[in-house]
Amino acid sequence: MNTLLYILLRRLRLPLSVLIGVYAVSVLGFVLIPGLDDQGQPWRMDFFHAFYFVSFMGSTIGFGEIPYPFTSAQRMWTLVCIYATVIAWLYAIGAMLSVLQDQGFSRLLRTRRFAHQVRSIREPFYLICGFGTTGRDVVAGLEQQGIKSVVIDIDQSRIDALELEQYSLPVVGLCADASLPENLDLAGLQNSSCLGVLALTNDDNVNLSVSIASKLLYPKRIVVSRSENDTTTANLYSFGTDLVVDPFKQFAEYLGLAAHSPQKHLIVDWLIYSEHRSIASTYKHQSGRWILCGYGRFGRALAGSMRAEGTEITLVDPHMDSFRGDEPTSIVGIGTEASTLIQAGVEEAVGIIAGTGNDADNLSIIMTARELNPRLQTVVRQNLDSNELIFERLKADFVMNPGRTIASRILAHLRTPLLAEFLDQSMALDEVDARELIQRLNRLVGDGQVRIQAFTLGEETPAVKEWIESGQTLTLRSLLKSPADRAKELKCLALLVKRGDQFMIEPGELTELQLGDQILFAGRGADLSQQRWLFENSRTLNYAVTGEEPHYGLLSYFAKGNAR
Amino acid sequence: MNREKVVFGFFIILALTLNVGFVLGDIDNPAHHEVFELFLALVVSLICTVLKFGDRSHLGALLLATSLVADLQLIAAAVVWAYAEQISSLGMTDGTMASIVSLAAGALVANVVSVVLLVVESASIRR
Repeated sequence: MNTLLYILLRRLRLPLSVLIGVYAVSVLGFVLIPGLDDQGQPWRMDFFHAFYFVSFMGSTIGFGEIPYPFTSAQRMWTLVCIYATVIAWLYAIGAMLSVLQDQGFSRLLRTRRFAHQVRSIREPFYLICGFGTTGRDVVAGLEQQGIKSVVIDIDQSRIDALELEQYSLPVVGLCADASLPENLDLAGLQNSSCLGVLALTNDDNVNLSVSIASKLLYPKRIVVSRSENDTTTANLYSFGTDLVVDPFKQFAEYLGLAAHSPQKHLIVDWLIYSEHRSIASTYKHQSGRWILCGYGRFGRALAGSMRAEGTEITLVDPHMDSFRGDEPTSIVGIGTEASTLIQAGVEEAVGIIAGTGNDADNLSIIMTARELNPRLQTVVRQNLDSNELIFERLKADFVMNPGRTIASRILAHLRTPLLAEFLDQSMALDEVDARELIQRLNRLVGDGQVRIQAFTLGEETPAVKEWIESGQTLTLRSLLKSPADRAKELKCLALLVKRGDQFMIEPGELTELQLGDQILFAGRGADLSQQRWLFENSRTLNYAVTGEEPHYGLLSYFAKGNAR
Repeated sequence: MNREKVVFGFFIILALTLNVGFVLGDIDNPAHHEVFELFLALVVSLICTVLKFGDRSHLGALLLATSLVADLQLIAAAVVWAYAEQISSLGMTDGTMASIVSLAAGALVANVVSVVLLVVESASIRR
């Protein structure tokens, strides 16, 4: 039964007992104390009248002395009873109010409401553990796709913030420890409409236990987890976690890409991030020395990934002494003062990365560095969302927001898992191929946004399935023709065909397709939605391949049907 | 010794004894049935009910149920008594007295069950 009711009743045991006791004694008193009737004869109140009198006296209604005027003895007893019953009532009501206002009780109340809301969700939703920058962005991104989210966070203030956000889809949130399976259960882990679980807290152990719980209960459900160290990452992959994001490593790779390979960086930006940068924004890559301010977890990952690409780096950090042995080219200092930057050789450097965990420091580093060397390429790390405005005004070459970067990557993975595989593969491309790919994409979409669409040939593409099963060959070229006029080509491009473990990047137009192939297309939104027809409507597909449009009218159907 | 258990046991047994005291005697003879005893039985029974609140165990639920039954029967008996004394033109008759006592006897059965359950619970505690 209802836990809340039990707690309420348990706490009210004593107040209610006192109330009953006081009433009983009062009633008994009135029955025992002799009175006089209107004739002046001795008279004793019976239980019925005594209870009637005490009832209206106790509730301070006060109809008067009923049925006959009281004697002094009765009035004296009435005085006692008035105070006793009022105090008993105050005590009982006060106890009840204090139970209702009790922290634990209101938490129980919220939990129950939350569980009820989650149970009543019928549409597909994602369960998100951790509502920091990344969590917030993922929720907003999912909402744009029309997918609901359920949020668990350990911090009540974040859950309060959730209620203030203006989401068009209701997002339900609970302040609870996500590492406890019972809380996950409340949040709909066992709900059949739960599409996946995203463990995005800043505690690796919590993420680990969330992922394990989900994978144990529902092995097929998507699990995405954040992880800050390699041991956890390996552990997470060992039981089949679908995607593990290491915020520091991934962001460092992404930022490193911006510094050493602007072309590939633009590909990643176009395909993953919704905001479109023009092709002209890929600044000319200058080889030279970079200065990296901030050598924490993020800085270390970044230095590693940039060194791997052969970029020379000078490190600046206030705690550089402790690394002095391993890092020969390093300066002690924050980087906000001109002297430190000059010491780091800012005049000869090609770029500076302000990557400390403090936004004010980062801003200051960029401003100071620019004064010393106006031609410097500037990359700045933004830690807090609330500083958005200032960072926009800074006009740095790149503003990097780790939480947001990770969120976009997770969203891209949830939308089209194939995209992540394509990006992994594309990192192996050389600069010339990357430039060519960018130009092809640019010709297709111009200044519009690049959209992505993926198909697995089979059940989800009935037209293609039927066509291939009938023994006919299908080349990629046919799938790029306009369903309206096959002489025209759709403004789409096949980025990747995945067959088993084999990847074909930018497959040729004559590639023959097989059932089970996964294909990733990029192009304009309008053309991609036209392209769906080819996959779903066999008549359209037939037209695109052969140029003939067969008549499937009712009459011809019967005529042919009998003939077959 | 658990003070809470003493209070709990005290009220449950008291509810039974008061109830027995009221029911004893000829069923239709008003002289054998004291109104004070009915009143006390009712009050003690109500307190018992409140004390049984909030126990989540199966036995606790059963105890609460027996107590609610006893309350219901005793309140019905009290209402019949009040009706006979205050409203009915005939006053207290043998028939009315018989129905009051039989209602109280029903409550007595519920109270007996309650005590039996209490004894069973105590006996099942292994030390």
